[in-house]
Amino acid sequence: MGVPRVPAPVTSLLALAVTSEQIEHLHRRFKQLSQDQLTIRKENFDSIPDLEFNPIRGKIVHAFFDKRNLRQESDGLADEINFEDFLTIMSYFRPIEMNMDEEQLDRFRKEKLKFLFHMYDSDHDGKITLQEYRNVVEELLSGNPHLEKESARSIADGAMMEAASICVGQMGPDQVYEGITFEDFLKMWQGIDIETKMHVRFLNVDTIAHCY
Amino acid sequence: IPSVSSIVPESCLLIVVGLLVGGLIKGVGEKPPILKSDIFFLFLLPPIILDAGYFLPLRPFTENLGTILIFAVVGTLWNAFFLGGLMYAVCQLGGPGLNHIGLLANLLFGSIISAVDPVAVLAVFEEIHINELLHILVFGESLLNDAVTVVLYHLFEEFASFEQVTILDIILGFLSFFVVSLGGVLVGVIYGVIAAFTSRFTSHIRVIEPLFVFLYSYMAYLSAELFHLSGIMALIAAGVVMRPYVEANISHKSHTTIKYFLKMWSSVSETLIFIFLGVSTVAGHHYWNWTFVISTLFFCLIARVLGVLVLTWFINKFRIVKLTPKDQFIIAYGGLRGAIAFSLGYLLDYQHFGMRDMFLTAIITVIFFTVFVQGMTIRPLVDLLAVKKKQETKRSINEEIHTQFLDHLLTGIEDICGHYGHHHWKDKLNRFNKKYVKKCLIAGERSKEPQLIAFYHKMEMKQAIELVESGGIGKIPSAVSTVSIQNINPQTLPLERVLPALSKDKEEEIRKILRTNLQKTRQRLRSYNRHTLVADPYEEAWNQMLLRRQKARQLEQKMNNYLTVPAHKVDSPTMSRARIGSDPLAYEPKEDSENLPIITIDPASPQSPESVDLMSEEPKGCSGLPPSPEEDEEGLVMRVKEPSSPGTDDVFTPGNSDSPSNQRMLRCLSDPGPRPEPEEGEPFIPKGQ
Repeated sequence: MGVPRVPAPVTSLLALAVTSEQIEHLHRRFKQLSQDQLTIRKENFDSIPDLEFNPIRGKIVHAFFDKRNLRQESDGLADEINFEDFLTIMSYFRPIEMNMDEEQLDRFRKEKLKFLFHMYDSDHDGKITLQEYRNVVEELLSGNPHLEKESARSIADGAMMEAASICVGQMGPDQVYEGITFEDFLKMWQGIDIETKMHVRFLNVDTIAHCY
Repeated sequence: IPSVSSIVPESCLLIVVGLLVGGLIKGVGEKPPILKSDIFFLFLLPPIILDAGYFLPLRPFTENLGTILIFAVVGTLWNAFFLGGLMYAVCQLGGPGLNHIGLLANLLFGSIISAVDPVAVLAVFEEIHINELLHILVFGESLLNDAVTVVLYHLFEEFASFEQVTILDIILGFLSFFVVSLGGVLVGVIYGVIAAFTSRFTSHIRVIEPLFVFLYSYMAYLSAELFHLSGIMALIAAGVVMRPYVEANISHKSHTTIKYFLKMWSSVSETLIFIFLGVSTVAGHHYWNWTFVISTLFFCLIARVLGVLVLTWFINKFRIVKLTPKDQFIIAYGGLRGAIAFSLGYLLDYQHFGMRDMFLTAIITVIFFTVFVQGMTIRPLVDLLAVKKKQETKRSINEEIHTQFLDHLLTGIEDICGHYGHHHWKDKLNRFNKKYVKKCLIAGERSKEPQLIAFYHKMEMKQAIELVESGGIGKIPSAVSTVSIQNINPQTLPLERVLPALSKDKEEEIRKILRTNLQKTRQRLRSYNRHTLVADPYEEAWNQMLLRRQKARQLEQKMNNYLTVPAHKVDSPTMSRARIGSDPLAYEPKEDSENLPIITIDPASPQSPESVDLMSEEPKGCSGLPPSPEEDEEGLVMRVKEPSSPGTDDVFTPGNSDSPSNQRMLRCLSDPGPRPEPEEGEPFIPKGQ
C-alpha cells in the first residue's frame, strides 16, 4: 500500500470537519478512480460498476463537476476536479455533530439542501421549473423501461401543484408559479430532518469496492 | 378542569375496572376468573402483536435495528441477571421466609420480570405522541426481547429440575437463543411468503382475502410456539414480509377489512388483558413479603436505568444521530412491564416453585407500579422535558419524490466512495426484490409498478375520497386547493368552458364559497394511535365513478366516430342520449322503449332539479334493460372492456347496467356552466350533483 501521499492543501480542508483517517481513505479511493492521475474526469466515473443501476447517476456525476457545489464563484461545469474538489463534495455528506448550536445547525442544513437544490436545478437559473421537475421524476422512474411518459408527467405536475400550494398558498387563475426557488425548497423540506438523513458513513476502511 | 382521560392512561382505568369487577364478583361470593396463561398466549396476545407487526413503520425500524437489537437482547439479559443476582442476595439475607429460594429460582424470576412488555408500551405510548425515533426504539425493543425472554424462561425452568448444571448446558442454552430467535423469524418469513403467494390468486374470491392474512399469521405464531421458538418474532416477521405483496394484490375493500379487523381485535384484546389483570389481582392467592416485593421494585428500576445508560454510551459510538440524555430518560422510563410477565409467572409449576404466589404478588406489584405511576407521569414529564413530539406532516408526493431521490443519491455516493454501506445493501435488496420476488408474489401488471407510481395512485385515491366527503365532485383536479394546472403551466389549454362575465364581487363570493367547501382536507396524521382510522365511506361509489368516467370518456370518443350509424338500428338509450346531446329537438321516444327509463332533459335550464339525478340509477323496468345494452353494444360494435383493477370487486358490481349510467354520468359531469343569474344566498354547487 505504501505511505499515502496526501497533498498539502488538504490541511486546510480539515476545517471541513472530515477526519484525517477519512481523508486518507478518500484519497485512496480518488487514486483508484483517477487511475493515479491528479484529476478526475467524467469518464472516470464510468468505471464504477454499481453506479450503472442508479437511475440518477447522470445527475450525481454532474453534481461533482458543478462549479456551484465546488464553492467557486463562477458558474457552469468544470471539466475535471482534483482531490480538493472531491473532498469538498464529500463534505456535504458529513454527519451531524453533537455539539452544534442552533445557528451552526441551520447553516449545516442549508448547505445540504443547497446541494440538493443544485441537483434539481439543471439549468442553473436559481429555480426549479416544471420541466426540470418533470425531468427529475422521469429519471427516477427510468429504471422501468415500459412506463409511459404520461405517468411521470402527471406525477411531476401533481407534485408541482402541491409545492405551489405549500409555498404560495392561494393562487388566482391568472397567477403563474414560475418555479421553486430556494426559499420554497427550504419550506418543502421543513418536515424532513435532512441533517439526520443525508450522510454517508466512512467508517469501514477495509471494504473498498473495486473498479474495473 | 382536565378530564380523567387526559391524566390517566386508558390502561390504568381498565385495571381499575378489573379490580372493581373482581371485587364485585368476590363480594357476591363467586370465584372470580383468573387470566389463564393459555388463553392469554393463544387468544389475547396474537392480535395485538399482529396489529403491531403488520403496521410496523418499516423505515425507522430498519434504520434503528442495531440499536433496537442491542437494547432488546443485551438490555434484557442484563436486567435478568442483575435482578436475579441481587434478589438472590436479598433472599439470602432476608431471613427465614426467603432463605430457601435458590439462585435458579431467582434468576427465573428475574427473567420473567425483566422483559419490557409490548402491550403496556403500546397502550401508554400511543397516547403521548412522542417522536418517531423514541417510539420505535422502545416499542421495537419490547417486541424483540421476546426471544430472550422465551429462552431464559425455558432454560431456567428446565435447569431448576436438573440436579446439576454443567457448562455444556449453559453453552447449549446460549446457542438455543439463536435457534429460538432466528428460527422464529424463519417460520414467520416462510408463512409470510406463502400468504403473499396465496394472495396472488385471489382475484376471483376477494371476499376471503382478509382471512388468508389472519390465518397464515396465526399459523406462523402457533407453529413457532409449538417448537418453543419465539412466537412473537414469527408473527412480526410474517406481518412485515407479507404486507407489501399482499397489499399490492388485494382489493381496496379487503385492505380496509384487514385494517379494521386488526385494530378491532387488538383493541378488544388489550382491553380484556388489562381488565383481567385487575380481576386476577383480586382473585389470586397472594403472599406479601415486604422485603421481596419492595426490593424487586427498587432493583427493577435501578437495573433499567443502569442498563439504558451503559448501553446508550456504547451505542452512541456507532450511531450517527446520537441519543441525548433526554432520549435516554424516556427510554428508561418507558420500560413498562405488563401482562406477559404475569402470564409467565402464572405458568410456573407449584411443584418446583413453591414460592410462586410470592413471585406473582411481586410481579403484579411491579406491573401496577409501572403502569400506574410511570404511565401516568410520563405525559407531564414529556411536556416538562420538552421532548420532541411526533410531527404531524401530511404524506405528500413531494416528500416521496425527495425521499427516493435522496436514497438514490446516497447510494450513488456510497458507490463512489467505495463504501458498502447501509444504502448500498438496501439498494441491492430492492433490486433483488424487484427483479425476482415481486414477479412471483404479485399478480399481473402490478408486479412491475414502481413504488412512486403506486404511491401516487394511493395519494390520488385518498384525496379523491376526501374531496367527495367534503362535498365537491369533479370540479377541481387532484390537488385540493385552488392551485390548478393553469398556475404552473400556462401553456396547457384550459377546459373549454364559456364563463359568462361575472361582476367582481360575485366572482369573489363564488370563490369564497368554493374555498370554504373544498378545503376541509383532513390532515393525515402519521400517527401510531391505533384508534384513528382514515374514514372512507364513499370508496366503492368513488371507484365505480372513476371507472365509469373512464369508460364514459372512451365511449364518448368512440361515439364521436360512430355518429353516422344507419337509422334502422334500434334506438337504444345510449344512442338516444347521444342524439339529445347533439340535437335537442330531434328526440322522439320509440314505442317499444316503454320499458326503458324515460329521461326528460330540459335543455333550457340545465340546473333544474328534475335533471338527471345520480342516485336514481335503478331503472323502473329493470327487466327491460339488460337485453338492450347487450344489443346496444352488438349494434355499435363497441367493446368496452372492464379492466380488472384491484379496486373493483367483480362479485358485487352489477356488470351490465354500465353503459346507460355512463351517459348519465356524462350529462352530470359535462356541466355547461353556471347560471347567468345565481340567486342570492343559493349555494353555487347545483342540486343533484
